[in-house]
Amino acid sequence: MIKSWTLPALVAFSILTVAAAPLVGPHWIPPEAILKPVKGVFESDLFWKIRLPRVCTSFLAGSALAVAGLAFQAIFRNALATPFTLGVSSGASLGATLYVGLGFTFSILGFPGDVLASFAGALLSVGLVYYLSRLKKGFSTSSMLLAGVAVSFFFSSLILLVQYMSDFTKSFQILRRLIGGIQVVGFEEALNLLPFVVAGVAVVAGLSHELNLLTVGEDIATSRGVNVNRTKKVLFLFTSLMVGGVVAFCGPIGFVGMMVPHIVRLFLGADHRYLTPGTLAFGGGFLTLCDTLSRTVLSPVELPVGVITAILGGPFFIWLLLSNSSDRSFF
Amino acid sequence: MSEAVIEIEDFTYASGAKRILNQVSFRVGEADYLSIIGPNGAGKTTLLKCLNRILPGGEGTIKIRGRRLESYSQRALARLVSYVPQLDGRALPFSVDEFVSMGRYPYLNPFSPLSAEDRRVVREILERTGTLDFAGRRLDTLSGGERQKVFIAAALAQGAEILLLDEPTSFLDYRHQVEIHRLLRELNREHGKTVLAVTHDINNAVLACNRVLALKEGRKVFEGEARELVRKETLEGIYETAFLFVENPYSALPLVRPAESGS
Repeated sequence: MIKSWTLPALVAFSILTVAAAPLVGPHWIPPEAILKPVKGVFESDLFWKIRLPRVCTSFLAGSALAVAGLAFQAIFRNALATPFTLGVSSGASLGATLYVGLGFTFSILGFPGDVLASFAGALLSVGLVYYLSRLKKGFSTSSMLLAGVAVSFFFSSLILLVQYMSDFTKSFQILRRLIGGIQVVGFEEALNLLPFVVAGVAVVAGLSHELNLLTVGEDIATSRGVNVNRTKKVLFLFTSLMVGGVVAFCGPIGFVGMMVPHIVRLFLGADHRYLTPGTLAFGGGFLTLCDTLSRTVLSPVELPVGVITAILGGPFFIWLLLSNSSDRSFF
Repeated sequence: MSEAVIEIEDFTYASGAKRILNQVSFRVGEADYLSIIGPNGAGKTTLLKCLNRILPGGEGTIKIRGRRLESYSQRALARLVSYVPQLDGRALPFSVDEFVSMGRYPYLNPFSPLSAEDRRVVREILERTGTLDFAGRRLDTLSGGERQKVFIAAALAQGAEILLLDEPTSFLDYRHQVEIHRLLRELNREHGKTVLAVTHDINNAVLACNRVLALKEGRKVFEGEARELVRKETLEGIYETAFLFVENPYSALPLVRPAESGS
């Protein structure tokens, strides 16, 4: 069927994007300057120390957000569900906000304190949503969504409170973190992110059959032999860790987890054995593209990548809501 | 009675304070065809869902093939018990072939594609259920009757000896009702499947099945041979409405229909 050429096409798009992105920017780097410095070391340094690490980080972040979104949409049988809907980003943002607002400066084992605080916040919100939905019998989909929305709103109000109490400089710092962006020097961020992404993607890929059946419905999935609660728990935990890691390093980059799986589904159909690799590739390529745009659109001024994804994602979200006709009540 | 495939003893299932099933006991023998009848809200669907742990828990014991239900992993249970839910019109983004293949789940490993054996089983089932002709079509383009056959095919792909069906012919036109009934009878008689079907079609229950179980307000009110059911006081006791009995020229058992008030 269509899969025979669409999956390679998505992968090719990502490879091309990733290959071209580090060369593009306020200063164009000619490919021959990468390996042997032509006009001195400047261009090769720019490539190896700034641009390539940034592309690696954005590729990993994009893949992670998209694959997590894919899993959540299957679990919740809802094209609008992402880990962000469940409060992961507001939890991480609250962590970072408290770190800045309360004036902490520390680091543990080489991890900067703001990253650790974001990560702790993400885990806190995941734990809270998990615990709240457990209170209602059966760990149901709707109670998890509602708990997620409630936790999101609550954390957002706390963020506003901290921001309101802070002075002008701190308030601006907080705002900057809330917008999200990928500003990295060197490969440290990418390397720190890598284990989270590998673990999360491996779990989602290993549960392809289960995700297909969850798409059909929990009753059918159970009767076919899926341990639905355990599958949901494992997916929820690993994807949340993955997204928590991304938000900790890059801030909340919205809408990637919603848009990418949806676009990939249009090309590949509904089978997660193809969707997971497709989403991995396209998610990475997509965020890399967005990040390249954020560096070049208003060059030399740089936009936060979260602004680009939100500008694309907002209208997409509305289009998705409006186009949810009876024909495609799910995807 | 043949060897018991399903044994239920004193089974009670409650949702909150309400007992949906109340101390239900019965046995189902090998290759039995059991109809489960009763008024709306009697607990028929709940009973089916308890038998394959879509609804876990409950008090009392359920044994499948002599082993307690809780002792099976969900995957092992799926190899013994399969389930066809009530027909709904939900959009499903899969083709018939993909959906039926997903019934092979209890035999698959992570990352592994379908084996040649899996493909052979799926193809045989598509043929047997008359769904091969539209195997490439998406589920939400099918008619109700076609969709029901596909759901039965997908359940059969599990290779389970017990088939649970929730109102398999409600909402279907007559031709599809006849086809589904014929298919179920064939599965029961020629392939030795043990069939449990929730139904409101008493006449078919009497003609097609060898045993009937009636539930009312969560309690068992009748269990026995199908022909014993067709008695005025039995049926009127179950449904609390008057029935007309019409002589059936092709059978010793009468046809039954509810008497309309005023007639």
